[in-house]
Amino acid sequence: MNGTTITAPTIEYALLSPMLIVFGAAIIGVLVEAFAPRYLRKSIQMPLTLLALLGAFVTTVLAASNGLPTTAAAMGAVAVDGPSLFIWGIILILAFISALLINDDEQFVAQAAAVPGSVDEEEAVRSGFAQTEVYPLLLFAVGGMLLFPASNDLLVMFVALEVMSLPLYLLCGLARRRRLLSQEASVKYFLLGAFSSAFFLYGMALLYGYAGSVDLKAISAALGSVSGQDTLLFVGVAMLAVGLLFKIGAAPFQAWKPDVYQGAPTAVTALMASTVLVAAFGALLRVFWVALGNLDWDWRPLMWGVAILTMIVGAVLAITQTDIKRMLAYSSIAHAGFLLTGVIATGTAEQNSSALSAILFYLAAYGFTTVGAFAVVTMVRDAGGEAGHLSRWAGLGKRAPVLAGIFAFFLLAFAGIPLTSGFFGKYAVFTAAVGGGALPLVVVGVVSSAIAAFFYVRVIVLMFFNEPAADGPTIAAPSVGTSAVVALAAAATVVLGVFPQPVLTLADQAASALFIR
Amino acid sequence: MESPAEIIPHSGGVIGVSWLMIALPLIGAAVLLLGGRRTDRWGHLLGVAMSLASFVVAVASFMELLGLDPEQRRRAYELYQFIPGVADMGILIDPLSISFALLITGVGSLIHIYSIGYMSHDPDRRRFFAYLNLFVAAMLLLVLSDNYVGLFIGWEGVGLASYLLIGFWQFKPSAAVAAKKAFIVNRVGDFGLLIAIFTVWTTFGSVAFGEVFGKAGEASQNTLTAIGLLLLLGACGKSAQLPLQSWLLDAMEGPTPVSALIHAATMVTAGVYLVVRSGAFFEAAPTAQLVVTIVGVATLLAGAIIGCAKDDIKKGLAGSTMSQIGYMMLGAGLGPVGYTFAIAHLITHGFFKANMFLGAGSVMHGMNDEVDMRKYGGLFPVMRITAITFIIGYLAIIGFPLLSGYFTKDGIIETAIEHNAILGWLAVVGAGITGFYMSRMVFMTFFGKRRWADDAHPHESPAVMTVPLIILSIGSIFLGGFLVLDNRFMQFLAPAVGRPEELPVFHFVSPAGLATLALVAVGAVFAWFRYGAAEVPRVAPRGSFLTTFARRDLYGDALNEALFMRPGQWLTRIAVFFDNRGIDGLVNGLAAAIGGTSGRLRRVQTGYVRSYALSILFGAAVVVGALLYVGNM
Repeated sequence: MNGTTITAPTIEYALLSPMLIVFGAAIIGVLVEAFAPRYLRKSIQMPLTLLALLGAFVTTVLAASNGLPTTAAAMGAVAVDGPSLFIWGIILILAFISALLINDDEQFVAQAAAVPGSVDEEEAVRSGFAQTEVYPLLLFAVGGMLLFPASNDLLVMFVALEVMSLPLYLLCGLARRRRLLSQEASVKYFLLGAFSSAFFLYGMALLYGYAGSVDLKAISAALGSVSGQDTLLFVGVAMLAVGLLFKIGAAPFQAWKPDVYQGAPTAVTALMASTVLVAAFGALLRVFWVALGNLDWDWRPLMWGVAILTMIVGAVLAITQTDIKRMLAYSSIAHAGFLLTGVIATGTAEQNSSALSAILFYLAAYGFTTVGAFAVVTMVRDAGGEAGHLSRWAGLGKRAPVLAGIFAFFLLAFAGIPLTSGFFGKYAVFTAAVGGGALPLVVVGVVSSAIAAFFYVRVIVLMFFNEPAADGPTIAAPSVGTSAVVALAAAATVVLGVFPQPVLTLADQAASALFIR
Repeated sequence: MESPAEIIPHSGGVIGVSWLMIALPLIGAAVLLLGGRRTDRWGHLLGVAMSLASFVVAVASFMELLGLDPEQRRRAYELYQFIPGVADMGILIDPLSISFALLITGVGSLIHIYSIGYMSHDPDRRRFFAYLNLFVAAMLLLVLSDNYVGLFIGWEGVGLASYLLIGFWQFKPSAAVAAKKAFIVNRVGDFGLLIAIFTVWTTFGSVAFGEVFGKAGEASQNTLTAIGLLLLLGACGKSAQLPLQSWLLDAMEGPTPVSALIHAATMVTAGVYLVVRSGAFFEAAPTAQLVVTIVGVATLLAGAIIGCAKDDIKKGLAGSTMSQIGYMMLGAGLGPVGYTFAIAHLITHGFFKANMFLGAGSVMHGMNDEVDMRKYGGLFPVMRITAITFIIGYLAIIGFPLLSGYFTKDGIIETAIEHNAILGWLAVVGAGITGFYMSRMVFMTFFGKRRWADDAHPHESPAVMTVPLIILSIGSIFLGGFLVLDNRFMQFLAPAVGRPEELPVFHFVSPAGLATLALVAVGAVFAWFRYGAAEVPRVAPRGSFLTTFARRDLYGDALNEALFMRPGQWLTRIAVFFDNRGIDGLVNGLAAAIGGTSGRLRRVQTGYVRSYALSILFGAAVVVGALLYVGNM
């Protein structure tokens, strides 16, 4: 190897700056945890986190306004294209408002290492400890989410997946109340997440065996040239699909979702339910459209089945749920199914870009409504913490008409009633699916929407037409952050429902050039 | 005849910001409704200010329009994309729309000012002004929109405002019922308008005025007739024309300024606007045009007959409104000459009818809200300004020579006789009846013996109420002559509605005019003998069969009940029966099935990680198998 010069890789720092800012802030956060005195930590971490997310958002906007690059950045490892930038924008805004929710001390455990119910724990609570590591963990997870949908190579994607997931596993176990449930959720999420990662990794290995590369573009090119290795290819694709479908919670890989959503601190649930879904859909689209786009005749029937199963399982199982967070988890599964109908709607370039734009709009609309709904959940409390059981929500409309009204509005948006953002999201995705020839899928989608509408409306009926329980939950006086989150989410749901054109146009622009290869 | 001018895209100038006319009162309504009680103290002032500001924009736009060549006076511009590919929010400023805008904002502002005094004791005055502002915004959207979809939104908006204002005193069951009735009857008309818009869209592929009117000739005769009749149905609902007239009399339950603004001067004339605006369709469909004139004549007679028998001063005026809109509708079915007189009559009517309604309000204000004219009498000396302005309005409406109504109503009658002698002479008879019932109203209220209740202490209203009356009465005197003589208004409107080949000449002496005057005089004299010179009983006498017929609104309500309400109720009962037994059974069965499935499926969710992992493994096996199967197929 004598005489070979090592060329330094070129890195487009400006394009990657959103991620660099988030990761940098996360590392500073770790240093703060190590060196700053305990009483100062929170007042440093909180502004640091918000500033980092804001800065990353600003640089994302700047990058987008400079025109979309046509080649992948960082030696072909990261693709900063229209869809990536749009997804980054959504993730950063949603993470920002979720961070406002996380600011609420009531949510998180005082000292994670203390055994639940032990003397240690009591002491930790009494001395006012707070687990401020939450903030750097959040930033690491967000950094992973930014990289995940933008990675242009399976290895980078796997690293991003882990960077995103590991902090989330931890965050799930940090609930202050019902800690055993929370820790159980954390362990479950970790075990199943590791299991699915193994599938992802295995699929990647098989694809490498087939194509001789982990680069998405190279895999796409190999599809036309390599022959006689089909078993390797199909098993690899299937394994990869399992890993990705697990993250979006598609059936039959949805089992973790209700348990984890219920057990995790609600602020973390809000973050996961909104941003992880956005990031995972970005990655799923990139893998299936960029690397496996020419194979769509083969994977499409599979996706049909998964989408139908996911919609039905989500909608049907939600009906018998008695816990509000579990219900929202199943609703999230059903929405993942609706979104999958858009993934299938491939065809001509024009059809692809309209499907992509529909999915991007749907993700934005759904993300805001979800964070808002979980923010409301954090405010309805009784002696044991949040009043999760649905029966406790009876008559909430009489106790807190404004809050119940906003929550009802969010539910209507989930159901896709016109004049809410949910309507335009569903409309766009289903229109794209019809355009892509997936009419039967849309029929199933509409039927499951009808089933889903039942349990959304049931909660509304419960809140407004039932007598409140005598010892019903109280409405916690919301912190400034929480009320800002609810207001922002409600405003976004209204604006995207009444005046969707600007965001639709933005999504169209982001999707116009599709993914870069 | 010369067709209307082209619509020209516009930008800049005052016309470029004429959307402010709509936006300002809308902001007013939003602030007052969202601000709640906090805005109670100054809410009415904001309402008046927004309406006046809107008037200023209207006047400025009008001036700018006058500065252009007549052929250049149809200006349109887009505000924003509304429904991509179907309709954009656009504003059309042309002679027709600006005439309406001036009437709505001008008379509207006067009524806003008057309401400060009239509603001064009402705890909900702010809410009242919020609704009034909402109405003004919606009505302006209706007339300024450059396409049918925008028009329809305004159309529904005024319907909503009308509903809210008729039922403003919700604590009175009669007001609540009247509001509901107005809403439901209007639904029938709105349905017609909607179908008309759908038909226009499917026939011409557009709803923009600029496009569809030019293509009117391309459609078949039947389609055009259908569009015309459906538009007319919509117009009948909003303008209280037969057979959808029944709501207007009940609508008098609303506060009097509302009756003046919405149910006399502006909203109820929206139907006339719709027919005139859609003139291109009607001119190409003579059958529809004929039906318009027949509806107009039938309503003008029905309204006049109802007006003869009402003892409630506001209901009498409402009957008269119906009748006068009948005249306008008649004119609207007569082509460009008729349009001009219809719109001119609409504008003068806006003045003199608002004048009389506000006068009636002023009388009620002084008489403890008494509306029964049999308990009035001899009020002239105690409220002179109200009485004199009311009498000016009265002279204008009966067509006293040289006052406003004389020019505009005679114009319609003369044009109608030229087109169709029977309809024209029936309109002359209607004018005679008008002379009778309006004289009856004046004599019963201001002259004769005092028949007041014991606790009544009538007094003149404050200046904030009388000044608008005076301004309106000045309009009632001069406006008609100004518009009609020299064909001023016809020349002005021509770019919007088309120009007839030969301009009509106004004859001060003509057979029809003389006959009208004679009949009006007979009516007035007859009224003098019965209600001026003779004693008016304080309790209404039983009256003949004809009187009862008129008092019961020509049995309109009874007819509606027998034809629609009762069968409708039966239908709902039958539907409910089948719904409970048949459909609910099916739906409940389905729901139970899904719920059962859900309950069973739920057991899969055991909570054990090992079973979740197993399900993932199982799922992965299925996914791999499926891909291999499909791939190797």
